[in-house]
Amino acid sequence: MTQDKQPMADDNRLISVQDLKVYFRSGHACARAVDGVSFEVRKKETVCIVGESGCGKTVSALSILGLVTTPPGEIIDGRIVFAGQNLLELSEKEMQKIRGNHIAMVFQEPLTSLNPVFTIGNQISEAVRIHKKIGAESLREKCIRLLKDVGIPAPEQRLEDYPHQLSGGQRQRVMIAMALACDPDLIIADEPTTALDVTVQAQILELFGAIQKKQSMSILYITHDLGVVAAIADRVYVMYAGMIAEQGNTEQIFRNARHPYTQGLLASLPSLSKRGKRLYNIPGSVPNPAYKPAGCPFHPRCTHKAPSCSTEYPKMCDYGQGHLARCPILFQDKGHHT
Amino acid sequence: MNSKNRNNHIILCVKDLKKYFPIRRGFLQKISGWVKAVDGVSFEIERGKTMGLVGESGCGKTTVARLILKLLALDQGKIIYQGLDISGFSEKEMRPHRKEMQIVFQDPFGSLNPRMTVGQSVEEGLRILGIKSHTMRKVRLEKLMEMVGMSPDSTDRYPHEFSGGQRQRIGIARALSVEPSFIICDEPISALDVSIQAQIINLLKDLQDQLGLSYLFISHDLNVVGYLCNTIAVMYMGQVMEYASAEEIFDNPHHPYTRSLLAAIPDSGPRKKLEPTLIKEDAFDSSAALQGCKYRSLCSIEAPRCRKEQVLFEKIGEGHFARCWKAMKK
Repeated sequence: MTQDKQPMADDNRLISVQDLKVYFRSGHACARAVDGVSFEVRKKETVCIVGESGCGKTVSALSILGLVTTPPGEIIDGRIVFAGQNLLELSEKEMQKIRGNHIAMVFQEPLTSLNPVFTIGNQISEAVRIHKKIGAESLREKCIRLLKDVGIPAPEQRLEDYPHQLSGGQRQRVMIAMALACDPDLIIADEPTTALDVTVQAQILELFGAIQKKQSMSILYITHDLGVVAAIADRVYVMYAGMIAEQGNTEQIFRNARHPYTQGLLASLPSLSKRGKRLYNIPGSVPNPAYKPAGCPFHPRCTHKAPSCSTEYPKMCDYGQGHLARCPILFQDKGHHT
Repeated sequence: MNSKNRNNHIILCVKDLKKYFPIRRGFLQKISGWVKAVDGVSFEIERGKTMGLVGESGCGKTTVARLILKLLALDQGKIIYQGLDISGFSEKEMRPHRKEMQIVFQDPFGSLNPRMTVGQSVEEGLRILGIKSHTMRKVRLEKLMEMVGMSPDSTDRYPHEFSGGQRQRIGIARALSVEPSFIICDEPISALDVSIQAQIINLLKDLQDQLGLSYLFISHDLNVVGYLCNTIAVMYMGQVMEYASAEEIFDNPHHPYTRSLLAAIPDSGPRKKLEPTLIKEDAFDSSAALQGCKYRSLCSIEAPRCRKEQVLFEKIGEGHFARCWKAMKK
């Protein structure tokens, strides 16, 4: 019934995060940002982690790369298995070999994550220089090819440009080019389109799709936007207050959601077809990670809550075919037997 | 777009609004060019209805809002509010009308004074309304908080003690305090969490039903605008490219820009293939702003004519206007 028992073809698994716990301490308060999260990304797969601000999705991603600032953050428990090794046990030096080389990251705000005083060419080649021995001329060629791959016109001239000379969409393309520089196995994209206009967002999403097809890599895409999830994901993890509330493929999540939180989120999305009808809204607001309610963290906002919800941490319930939801109440209602 | 006998239904009518900002260069700050932030915007809003103003960042949506509220002086055009031409009004002449038109801002934290309790912030409006008695103000304050779904005892707390959604409710209470009939909502939900957005949308709708408010709803999110608005104006580079009822915009879009915006919405239903977007971002040519159609450098159906002639904003159907030659021919 728990997800650990989920049978999975091991050879197909690229990275698996097991029971990760990341806490942040400040004074006597302790924010349990990530509280027992397990997920995995298979080869050539696009996996989305979707959730609201403060649900722990970014912290989960940062822990994969060992980028959680300690203190105040602390990885309390868990394993992150990548290529047969537990990333959490590696030294900083060993981690540097993986970061950028095997696992690369694209951040939300390209203007703050690009260095304003270095040229684009300089910043893209940095990753390559660190991880590979390469001559100056072939390095330049590689940069030009990377920029071309991400759809930047006249890349030869762009190499000498500074970040402020590019538009938001182009900056994000440069970030993606940097991530691609060492042909990583996994790209972690943390809300890469949130700061962009819708038309530019559509282009960047298309670009991710095209790159993935061409280079057969995996993408872990973190977002709060269910529309984006529907457009690109193979599989989805819905996070709420530090836990995985539901997981499954896109079809299962959008057509057959089994967790009250996922159901509520989907019902609350406005669209033209819901005109005239009142939007469903999830009452209350997201709990402060330092003061999460006991039992199921969602129970104060839940319409299906039972007395046990406020005392017992909910178990993952298996609906088959990789569809799991952390709500025993709905599981019983539907008459599922374990 | 305007006929005199319909004027009673129209709460706000905006005609050919223009606002150019100078670009200054060099030591002497000589004017070297103009940014046409708003370049001929016309629309009207019916009483009790909602008009959506959509467009991407930098297209001039917020400038339009500020022009209507006369927070910015306009260069050209007319603003007719409830049949009264307020475009030439001075600050002093405007004051009695200010309480009629209110605005709710995007960032509810930045727009509330952190040193004032919520009660003080909201009460400020009541004082302006001329309610002198303290008890009367108190009663009204409690009523306002109730209307926006907040408990009355929250009035003694400070903005930082509230979540984003609650702060936005306070922002709405403050706008409502002076009993306006028209509210501009400038991206009121884009800073909020997904599960909170629906709460605020429902609140805005409820208030509209109760108080007969009219809204100008500014957003970049077509799903929200499609759900909430009666009519939609699509803006691009300071101009309205298309204006029609929400159903028309979604079902029968004429302007290529509107169509590319619609194609770019990631649909919440699974596996709706993203259509190849019509916009080529990198083809963007700012000299296009000089003459002809502003959208032409990104347009998929550009013709030689689009280069030379100023495209007019013309009627192409009942209540449907667009700024495109091809759309008119249809």
